[in-house]
Amino acid sequence: MRKMMFPLFSLVVLASLVLAACGTPVAATPITVEVTRIVTSEAPAATEAPAATEPPAAGEATPTTAAAEAPAPVAGGERLQAIMDRGQVICGVHGTFQGFGFVESDGSWTGFDVDFCRAWAAALFNDANAVEFRGLSAQERFTALQSGEVDVLARNSTWTWSRDVELGLTFGPVTFYDGQAIMAKRDIVDDPAAGLAALEGANVCVQSGTTTELNLADQFRAAGVTYTPVVFEDQNAAFQAYDEGRCDAITSDRSQLATQGQAVLQNFEDHVILDVVMSKEPLAPAVAQGDDKWADVVHWVVYGMFQAEELGITSANVDEFLTSEDPVVRRLLGVEGELGAMLGLSNDFIYRVIKLVGNYGEVYERNLAVFNLARGQNELWTNGGLLYAPPFR
Amino acid sequence: MDIKALWRDIRFLKILAQVIFVLVLALAAGYLYFNVTNNLARQGLTMGYGFMKNPASFGIGESFIPYEPSNTYARALLVGLVNTLVISALGIVLTTVVGVLAGVARLSSNWLINKFAAAYVGVIRNTPLLLQLMFWYFGVIIQLPAVRQAIELPGPVFLTQRGVYMIWGEETSTFPAWRIFVLLALISIFVIWFILRSAQKRASVPLSPWWNLTYLLVPVLIIWIGFVFQPEPPLRASVPELTGLNFRGGLRLTPEFAALLFGLVVYTGAFIAEIVRAGIQAVSRGQVEAARSLGLTTGQTLRLVVFPQALRIMVPPVTSQYLNLAKNSSLAIAIGFPDLFSVAGTVFNQTGAAIEIITIMMLSYLSISLFTSILMNIYNTRIQLVER
Repeated sequence: MRKMMFPLFSLVVLASLVLAACGTPVAATPITVEVTRIVTSEAPAATEAPAATEPPAAGEATPTTAAAEAPAPVAGGERLQAIMDRGQVICGVHGTFQGFGFVESDGSWTGFDVDFCRAWAAALFNDANAVEFRGLSAQERFTALQSGEVDVLARNSTWTWSRDVELGLTFGPVTFYDGQAIMAKRDIVDDPAAGLAALEGANVCVQSGTTTELNLADQFRAAGVTYTPVVFEDQNAAFQAYDEGRCDAITSDRSQLATQGQAVLQNFEDHVILDVVMSKEPLAPAVAQGDDKWADVVHWVVYGMFQAEELGITSANVDEFLTSEDPVVRRLLGVEGELGAMLGLSNDFIYRVIKLVGNYGEVYERNLAVFNLARGQNELWTNGGLLYAPPFR
Repeated sequence: MDIKALWRDIRFLKILAQVIFVLVLALAAGYLYFNVTNNLARQGLTMGYGFMKNPASFGIGESFIPYEPSNTYARALLVGLVNTLVISALGIVLTTVVGVLAGVARLSSNWLINKFAAAYVGVIRNTPLLLQLMFWYFGVIIQLPAVRQAIELPGPVFLTQRGVYMIWGEETSTFPAWRIFVLLALISIFVIWFILRSAQKRASVPLSPWWNLTYLLVPVLIIWIGFVFQPEPPLRASVPELTGLNFRGGLRLTPEFAALLFGLVVYTGAFIAEIVRAGIQAVSRGQVEAARSLGLTTGQTLRLVVFPQALRIMVPPVTSQYLNLAKNSSLAIAIGFPDLFSVAGTVFNQTGAAIEIITIMMLSYLSISLFTSILMNIYNTRIQLVER
């Protein structure tokens, strides 16, 4: 009899699994235990964290975080007020991505996305350090935003339809036009303009659990080029194997290839990032839907930084521009007009941003120039790029 | 029998306890099941294996069966499963050889061999497998020269960081006919076994060990005849040649495959070595002394007296090492080999079908393990001492 127990036990477990897999969902009373879907995708994964999209039922207490000062989700303009009352912007960022969001050894935060957080703080409080940074993982980021744990997310997140619509977010202006790219050894492909055909028969290192893997297969299939993927669980392992010569090429987001490539590869000059764009990855800040005023602040601060660069206003010379006769400059810096007041801010909010953080070009230079990452599409429209601010009128 | 007596009946209580245990288990399983379906329903998600028919759209680095990105998810998972099976089967065979050699070497009276084996077991058994795999892959195999500077060994065999390339047979039109001869050759082995066994029964003295050579010669002869008496040789030599970025033709063992196989064999071999040593030492010393006093040589003593007895002790623990090897092959993902775990991970990431994929993985590994244990248990029963 005792011998029967183990087979029985395993049968029961198996049977339940099989049943669970084949059965149709039963609509019944909600049960409190959550099913966590483990989605490890770094790049746009359509259905991430669908559990959190559910609005809290009427009458229920809104979820609050443990920190007393943490904001609760608010509707219509109250988020901005809550931030003002708190005296601090809570900004969700990447913590381990050099150049975009990174904690230095002394505990300070640096990076392209981090500087935008500082810009919003400067606009609201005239203090670029009135920010609380929250390092978020790829899985946590949107849930943190939806639950109100962070006010704004600036964590190299791709603006996609499903995130915008299904997850209930509002994406700000694109701060970085990225795209999946492929990097190859210089002795294989010398000309960045060469197409994928130059990689015929190549071994390509790729990280698993990203949409990169899928794009890679699609692009090579479309180009009619044969290749062999070598899939690693860890991005660093993929870079290491590529560096040792296991692969002819490696694929990831262009910004990651450039920044990681220089941080990890022995000799970055021996590698070429091809011009071919394998996917569109527009990276933009995001806020939760439901507070248009706060969304406006997030949007217009970024536009202000574009506009300042277009007008040649930098943190160094912004004071000289205060006396400018150009009405465009005067309106932007709040010397005349009531633009800021319409948003409930000080009129000189763009002046503060430029003075304390700098214009878009300065932020780019400060964080990404080290990596020789060409501006490309991230140039102003006047220089053939895609950055274009609506008029400040 | 009244109720009171029933409560005091120890047999009834035993059965009751077990019934309750099963009921609790069934309830727990049922709760989990409804919990999962409810939560999925709340999120508007449905479960099912319909996605398996959709095109996978991702590439797999190496495969023992034909595969293209336009094939289905089911096919992709099958590719992963076959990769796992191949690595497990090869690993089990090779690790047995390594383990037995190292185990015997541990008992050698030769100081160098003895200490060498002791160092091997000591180092390998006491470091994590993942670390060793990383070492073999990043530290050894991909440090080999690049394709264009390949080390050429006679054969030709090319050692490169892209893998090992060697000459291989390419099928021609007469290959299917030739397969019949290969099958015949396999059958002939059993026939020889039958003939030799019945001859042994009739003979009064043991047959000369030279007869064992027929096991090799007869099948080879059959295969050779089949090879020669065809209008065209069934296999054509395919020699690896450097074209473009890589070698073409021939057989290629990828670095990932080589590193994983090597790592698993070396790691499990160290454990088997200890089992072999323990098994041999467990055979009582008197047995060896008796064999020696009968005039058996050292080789005969080992082969006829010590090993048959040691084997009975060794088989059960060795079985669990085989199972470990098969399951440890899932560490392949760290070094880029597309085994079942790695491919299933990608499928799961693209379809989001967590529970379905995990069920498939569990059932696959469970089947591999159960199948291995069944075979080993049959073998174990056969070699057990039959007492009269």
